Amino acid sequence: MGKKMVKDFTHKEYRDYVEKKSPKSKVLANTVKAFVVGGLICVAGQLINNFFTSRGMEKDTVSNLTSIIMIFLGALLTGLNIYDNLGKFAGAGSIVPITGFANSIVSPAMEFKSEGYVMGVGAKMFVVAGPVLVYGISASIIVGIIYYLLHY
Amino acid sequence: MAGKRLGNQTVRLETPPRIISTASIAGPKEGEGPLGHTFDLVLEDELWGEKTWEKAESKIVRETWSRILEKSGKAPEDINYIIAGDLLNQCIATTFGLRESSAPYLGVYGACSTMCESLSIGAMLVDGGFADNVVCLTSSHFCSAEKQFRFPLELGTQRAPTAQWTVLGCGAVLVSSHGQGPAITHVTTGKIVDKGIKDANNMGGAMAPAAADTIVSHFKDTGFTPDYYDLVLTGDLGIVGKAICDEMVGEQGFNISKKLKDCGLMIYDLNKQDVHAGASGCACSATVFAGHIYKEMLEGRIKKLLLVATGALLNPTSTQQGETIPSIAHAVTIEA
Repeated sequence: MGKKMVKDFTHKEYRDYVEKKSPKSKVLANTVKAFVVGGLICVAGQLINNFFTSRGMEKDTVSNLTSIIMIFLGALLTGLNIYDNLGKFAGAGSIVPITGFANSIVSPAMEFKSEGYVMGVGAKMFVVAGPVLVYGISASIIVGIIYYLLHY
Repeated sequence: MAGKRLGNQTVRLETPPRIISTASIAGPKEGEGPLGHTFDLVLEDELWGEKTWEKAESKIVRETWSRILEKSGKAPEDINYIIAGDLLNQCIATTFGLRESSAPYLGVYGACSTMCESLSIGAMLVDGGFADNVVCLTSSHFCSAEKQFRFPLELGTQRAPTAQWTVLGCGAVLVSSHGQGPAITHVTTGKIVDKGIKDANNMGGAMAPAAADTIVSHFKDTGFTPDYYDLVLTGDLGIVGKAICDEMVGEQGFNISKKLKDCGLMIYDLNKQDVHAGASGCACSATVFAGHIYKEMLEGRIKKLLLVATGALLNPTSTQQGETIPSIAHAVTIEA
């Protein structure tokens, strides 16, 4: 960096310098772990799906039951203090599937239970998942309108 | 200029107050670390029989306060001031923990620099003749800090490699006009420094320029060189911040590489304890000083110490609004 005075760094120069000094995330290893764990969660979902299909259930019923069971498992593992460790290992691999969505709702509910059921659990339950719901639902409505306009 | 001042930021204490006692309580993870044996008490779990983390942190404060009175043989009415603070909103860990302390209380907030802020004020009060005994105390709790500043504990996320782990614990230091112990001889009060870091997961990077600024100012104000000290001990810069601070102070002509250590790199075993870039929190410098360092000074292994606690002055709202992180570092010279 040469003989630079502390004060002489511009914000941009200092940010670049810190960036250079900071350890980086292990992108390749993290991607592989995310792929494997995310894949295994999906395999579990598929096995449940196949099981119900083999019992002769309708496709819609099977999808609903599979989602419900996966959400239950995500919530259960969160309550048992297991899902956070899985997430620490797998990253996006356990965030993206529907079990991760359950984790994002149950974990703040547990965390803020100490502030009561109204202002704690009730108000804070969607503090992580809320944005996903807001923009997910909004996007689906917009796409729905476009679909409607194009087809009718 | 006032008689005791040296330069812009430093005062020299004429009758250096003594640190006659310390007390520390630490959490289970801290207990497993390399300094585990130096704390007065290591907790078995994070709640310590309480219903919430906030209550647990207050209990830790309360018990640390009791312990320093016990260890020093003082009664609450012997203490002229408690100067204390923590990380929770409005410093509730401290105030709730000291509800029944029945001693005059001054609350301070300097984020993780609070230990040196309280020591600075305490030492000046004693040297100024305004107090005989001042207890300086700070706490932090990993769980309550995560809840306030980051995500719920059970959320399955990955921490950034630059993230630091908030120390669960409390450290207290009794500064006194009489008695035996290492003396506080100089106080260098830091300026707020902001070099434009926005990443709340890289506090070391944000705080390093503040630490460097205070250390360089200290050398310039006092005329000391790094040779004067056995140890320059920063609070919680972590791996990233320590390297940057070392380099920045070096560029100003003061080579502290051989003297510089960071409490944030001492309290945990970085290879085994998965804390990424090191430790942080008010209790980081507080427990490391009150435990390990104080013992080293009493036993004569460290004779001259510059303790530089570092703080990132952000909150979750400022982070969400995209603000940069103003930081601060306060230094005290402690001589055995």
